[in-house]
Amino acid sequence: MSLSSNKPDMLKQLLHGDYPDARGRYGAFGGRYVPETLVPALDRLESGVRRHLHADDFQAELMAELRDWVGRPTALTPAPTLGRRWGAQVWLKREDLAHTGAHKINNAIGQALLARRLGARRIVAETGAGQHGVASAAACARLGLPCTVYMGAIDIERQAPNVDRMKLLGATVVPVTSGDRTLRAAIDEALRDWVSDPDGTYYLLGSAVGPHPYPYLVRELQSVIGREARTQMLERAGALPDLVAACVGGGSNAIGMFHPFVADAAVQILGVEAGGRGAGLGENSATLSYGRPGVLHGSYSMLLQDAHGQVQETHSVSAGLDYPGIGPEHSLLHDSGRVRYESATDEEVLDALAECCAAEGILPALESAHAFVGARRWAQANPGKRILVCLSGRGDKDMPTLQRLLVPSSPERAT
Amino acid sequence: MSTSNNPITTAIRRATAAGRPALVAYLTAGFPSRQHFREHLLAIATEAEVVEIGVPFTDPMADGVTIQRASRAALEAGVTLEWIFSELENLQPKPAAALLIMSYLNPLLAFGLERLPEAAARAGISGFIVPDLPNEESGEMRPALSAKGLTLVQMVTPVTPEARLKTLCVAAEGFVYAVTSTGITGKNFGATEETIAYLERVRAAATVPVCAGFGIRSREQVDRLKSHVDGVIVGSALVEVLERGEDPAAFLKSLWA
Repeated sequence: MSLSSNKPDMLKQLLHGDYPDARGRYGAFGGRYVPETLVPALDRLESGVRRHLHADDFQAELMAELRDWVGRPTALTPAPTLGRRWGAQVWLKREDLAHTGAHKINNAIGQALLARRLGARRIVAETGAGQHGVASAAACARLGLPCTVYMGAIDIERQAPNVDRMKLLGATVVPVTSGDRTLRAAIDEALRDWVSDPDGTYYLLGSAVGPHPYPYLVRELQSVIGREARTQMLERAGALPDLVAACVGGGSNAIGMFHPFVADAAVQILGVEAGGRGAGLGENSATLSYGRPGVLHGSYSMLLQDAHGQVQETHSVSAGLDYPGIGPEHSLLHDSGRVRYESATDEEVLDALAECCAAEGILPALESAHAFVGARRWAQANPGKRILVCLSGRGDKDMPTLQRLLVPSSPERAT
Repeated sequence: MSTSNNPITTAIRRATAAGRPALVAYLTAGFPSRQHFREHLLAIATEAEVVEIGVPFTDPMADGVTIQRASRAALEAGVTLEWIFSELENLQPKPAAALLIMSYLNPLLAFGLERLPEAAARAGISGFIVPDLPNEESGEMRPALSAKGLTLVQMVTPVTPEARLKTLCVAAEGFVYAVTSTGITGKNFGATEETIAYLERVRAAATVPVCAGFGIRSREQVDRLKSHVDGVIVGSALVEVLERGEDPAAFLKSLWA
């Protein structure tokens, strides 16, 4: 359980693609800390992933769905006004244009196809912002699988539009009133559901967290973001970016964007966590800034916790980043020094969101706006560079929050 | 691994030698009140051969609503592993029952694996149950506990494949915790023919006693199970008895006497 400190070796193994190892480890992080009831289900999932995920027929099926139903490849959009304001050349990878409005669909359709091959009778999923819930509901409708989505009562309130979308797409939405009533409690409840029927139920986990093989499976399915963006940058900008930036909660859009760039030594990589209202306990969700290693939801990773190992309540204006843990591969990328992680406060995020709306005519999700804060900060310290930002989702779902916090003052903020 | 002098095994064998099922009783430490923890523990220990002392955790993913509620209340009352150990050190008289700590992994990691075994042994603990630590991940915990004579109790479930079941049972120490059904704690379950057949498979593979747990609440269930296991584990039902202010010892006695 001790953090390895041999950074050069870790980086070499990272670049060599040695992670996760056979035990589902990313250096010291990862693993499989689950009740015994789930061990056989995870063994079956792992062998299913090994058998199908990279098989030609599965990939052909997945690629067809990504093209015809999700609408991939998503655009790479130059952002000249933001670029002038920041003193940089800015490119946006438009996951907000993917079907259902966020990157979550890449993972949801991939896992739903896998679940069908593995003979699942029903799907359970958790959701924070509602984007993974909507994506799961849509993917299950597409494939004819019954879907139950667990969502924290607080999130149901602040992401109301997505709740109705899930219902319309045929999913059963179960409000979670236990625990902290946000994403973390929703994952607890989804796990409790899965543990009750590990043979017939498939747990469609939405982020790069959880027990092995989930962090790996989600990374592989989300890496389509970074692969496309890398190719598009070479075609459109004629070069790789100097910086790649993405927001990080559990870290699925970030790992999908980062993974194909990790071996490009000249590309700097920046993950931006939710700094919330500031540094105090419970005021943020910035796991790598304020956390310590621990075990939550099946894996060993960095975790916001108190001195007794109790998981901290978190805060972020964005429901999708309001989570005390982080995917184990991000903990390794942080520890190895390959990726730099910072945080952005709620206030900075609202400001960046308004700036993007006014400058480029694009309303990003509150989650995605964190990446813009980090990118702008970096641009100001490193003038004249090429920056690729992962615009992981659209902000329509955030209108209840934005109406409350931003709309009355938006003309002032945006100028 | 020798099991004959393990205090947990010995306590269970004492009951079976007397012709009754051993009782393994769970309480969440400090629930429903910190003041009555030692009193409750001693009362339970008069009837139970083994007492599991639950360390509250914010995210008890294997537990149902009763233990979730008890854990949350205990945390709000400030219960920590340090407090539990200090209460146990001050326990008088020392109970005849073997004491186990039942805890999710993270509070144990935060306490520190280097000081945990010694502190537990000093508090009179005989072993641990860690519901989110499968055998494959126990490579550091098991030897650290073992060095201080502490046992790590292994769970098996009805969905554990046959080969894995054998491996886990052969390696088990103290007793095998046979989870009666898939799912979370506290959910009532009916002991079907299938359950009985599974428990017999566990018993055939195990070299230490087998105790069945999850959802055991009544005398009828105990009667149905008792010829197929060495003991029964009672958790949520006992926590509810304590919550209602009823006599825990009388409840435990009513399960078999």
